[in-house]
Amino acid sequence: MKTLIFKTASNYLLPLLLLFAVFILLRGHYLPGGGFVGGLIASIAFVIHSFANGLETTRKIIKFHPGFLMPVGLTIALVAGAAPWLFGMPFMTGLWMDEPIPVIGLVGSALFFDTGVFLVVIGVTLTIIFTISEGL
Amino acid sequence: MLLAVLSGFFVALGLPLIIKVFKGPNTLWVSLFPLSLFIYFISKLPAIKDGETLSSSWAWVPSLGIGLDFYLDGLSLLFTLLITGIGTLVFVYTSSYLKGHIYLDRFYAYLSLFMASMLGLVLADNIITLFIFWELTSISSFFLIGFNNDNEASRKSALTALSITGLGGFFLLTGMVTLGYVAQEYQISALATLSEEIQANALYPLILVMVFVAAFTKSAQFPFHFWLPGAMKAPTPVSTYLHSATMVKAGIYLLARFTPILGNHEWWNGPLIIVGSITMVYAAIHAIFRLDLKAILAYSTISALGILVFLIGLGTDEALLAAGVFILVHALYKATLFLVTGIIDHETGTRDVSKLSGLNKVMLPVGIAAILAAISNAGIPASFGFIGKDLIYEATLHLGNMGYVLTGLAVITNVCLLFAGFLAGIKPFIGPLPPAFSKLHLPPATMWVPPLILASLGMVFGLFPMVVDTALIKPIVSSMTLGTPTFELKIWHGFNIVLLLSLLTIGSGIALYFILKPSEVLFAKATRFEKLSPESAVNQFAKGFVSFSSKWTNFFQNGYLRYYLITILSFLSLLLGYRLFYGVEIYVDTSTLSDITLYEAVIVLIMAAAIFFTVFSKSRLTAVASMGVVGYCFCLIFLFYSAPDLAMTQFSIDTLTVILFVLVLYNLPKYLTLSDTRDRIRDGLLSLIFGALISILTLEVMNETVTKDITSYYAENAYILGKGKNVVNVILVDFRGFDTMVEITVLAIAALGVFSLLKLRLKSIEKE
Repeated sequence: MKTLIFKTASNYLLPLLLLFAVFILLRGHYLPGGGFVGGLIASIAFVIHSFANGLETTRKIIKFHPGFLMPVGLTIALVAGAAPWLFGMPFMTGLWMDEPIPVIGLVGSALFFDTGVFLVVIGVTLTIIFTISEGL
Repeated sequence: MLLAVLSGFFVALGLPLIIKVFKGPNTLWVSLFPLSLFIYFISKLPAIKDGETLSSSWAWVPSLGIGLDFYLDGLSLLFTLLITGIGTLVFVYTSSYLKGHIYLDRFYAYLSLFMASMLGLVLADNIITLFIFWELTSISSFFLIGFNNDNEASRKSALTALSITGLGGFFLLTGMVTLGYVAQEYQISALATLSEEIQANALYPLILVMVFVAAFTKSAQFPFHFWLPGAMKAPTPVSTYLHSATMVKAGIYLLARFTPILGNHEWWNGPLIIVGSITMVYAAIHAIFRLDLKAILAYSTISALGILVFLIGLGTDEALLAAGVFILVHALYKATLFLVTGIIDHETGTRDVSKLSGLNKVMLPVGIAAILAAISNAGIPASFGFIGKDLIYEATLHLGNMGYVLTGLAVITNVCLLFAGFLAGIKPFIGPLPPAFSKLHLPPATMWVPPLILASLGMVFGLFPMVVDTALIKPIVSSMTLGTPTFELKIWHGFNIVLLLSLLTIGSGIALYFILKPSEVLFAKATRFEKLSPESAVNQFAKGFVSFSSKWTNFFQNGYLRYYLITILSFLSLLLGYRLFYGVEIYVDTSTLSDITLYEAVIVLIMAAAIFFTVFSKSRLTAVASMGVVGYCFCLIFLFYSAPDLAMTQFSIDTLTVILFVLVLYNLPKYLTLSDTRDRIRDGLLSLIFGALISILTLEVMNETVTKDITSYYAENAYILGKGKNVVNVILVDFRGFDTMVEITVLAIAALGVFSLLKLRLKSIEKE
């Protein structure tokens, strides 16, 4: 599958798809999208890249084992959920900024939570796929 | 009091660390902890003596009515003093017995854990709290019995003890929940006033059975007694502490504590008398044929526990008094004998009673302790055991005609117990010293002082019974009978039938000691009947259970994905089919269905074609790709019915699934037809049936009137409360955010599972 066209295309597709994944993550609160789908799309981006260039190249781009994304994501989600405690509110109460930030929009604890989901999904998918393709 | 109970848990946590830091050869200072608890409880003695009761409470789970409520009266005071007092001596003893053991810190931690659990158990005033501490004693004793965990026999007996006492725990929980339900009261001190209502309830027999099984398993009553001799694999301090003085008495404590609540009823008294008398005679006879010192002591302990159950079963004031005294008598002499056995084992390396003799010449103080204990055990006048045994005979004799039979049983038991006590306490110390033992010397004082203290107490209490009379014994009896006791402990009761029986017991016991010499032959003869014992029955059952479960597992967990699928699908089909056929009126309301549009029809056609390809294609890749087509078609249907979120997710998932399949298939050998036509027809039929049932189910769901409350709540509040316009996402990250949190955790665990399974497999392949 290592054709020249696919290889060249995948190099451009990777950043584009990742950007798209983040876009999907950010718009999730208002329009179709969200952390879960975003995470899946980002994983597909890496998988396509690894198909075209070989697993080792993709690993080099990511630099660390994708499994690390799982604890990181879980921690972010947990912190986002626990943050309201600091303000004396129950676990998972939504906290929101008063003014929207340009481009990103209104930022709240839910977005951080969704980012956690996003990272966990990437970690899970890539760990499974990379492990299986290595084992074969 | 709360702190006194819980401190043990903190100490248990901290000890291993502290001992590591203060690494010294001497760990005697650890004993300061139980000693301080002992002083604390003994300082409560004057208050309890005046008839007061102390209580403390702390709400733990108020919504369930569970509180850490503690309550100190005569009965619990006796037990707390035994637990902390003997605990202190055991701690002291251990500092020499296990000196230099690498896991000594752990051992102390387990001991503290156990002590705290035991204190909680005897002080608990809430029946659920009582259960929790009950279970904690089982668990901590599991660690203590299995302390020598590199020994298989030791692990096995720890497991047996845990299973038997754990089984009892289940029964206790059921009994306590039922009791709480019947009485609508969880406070033990308050339950006593409700005893008439409880005993009139239809559930009373059930509560009784549950409490009985719990007490019998814990206190090693026939037929659950066999875990106790097995538990003797534990280091001797453990046997002393758990199996003579404290844990095995927990069942007795339970019965004594519930006497005012459940007792004084023929259903309470009858079973206790029967089980108690069977146990005391059965175990006493067993004890005299043993050769191992610890086994002798184990069986005589079981027998003593039988006597206690029997006395509580009699239920008269005299019998309860006898029980209260006997608990103390037994704890004092039996703990002594265990500690002495530990010393003998430690110094000579053997516990075989037929090989031991003349040790008095090399370790006199130990011998004095042992002989004093044997005297108290024998009930020779002027010892505390004498008072105890007199009270037992008095209690049985005052029962009329039945009393003579029971007195006879008590005499037989006591004769055998006396023999066992002499065997363990006197035989090893008198007679000629075998040359092999002539180089032995006296162990450090920390080892022989504790048994000597205990044994001397047995004599002091016997000569001056007024020391314990009003201070300890009266409050015990009044907390069991709820009345003011009118008695006085006396050394001398005058010439009467009780004294005669005592003399008869002592006479025949000593005669038996001179006639019956312990030997291998006798032991072999006695163990011939082992096949019929409850222990073998349980072992047989355990073996059968293991072989049954391995057959069961091998049948269902056969490792073939296709059989798993067939099993799951056929079971579901049967269940669904049955329910749809019998319980539901199948009716499809065509008027509510929307019209079929052209593009929907086209999608369905594509799906049908793709399925056809998947099933009949000769290439795996084609099959997988066609599966992907089916998935994409689903996405389109989701889109048509305005569920873009679902469609997006399904689209990505399907892509990844196909990728995964391709990854795996890439490495499989060339396509082979492994299934014959019959298999294929079977699979096809099953799929058709299952698919049809699911379709019917889906159509049926449409007919159900769905409450739209939740849907409209989410729709209305998504923006107001969640500040989001995408309801699906707001539900995921806000309304049901906690679910999502757990779901991503599960995902991570699944990924770790795949990772470790495959990595492990890779490593094993590399090794080959």
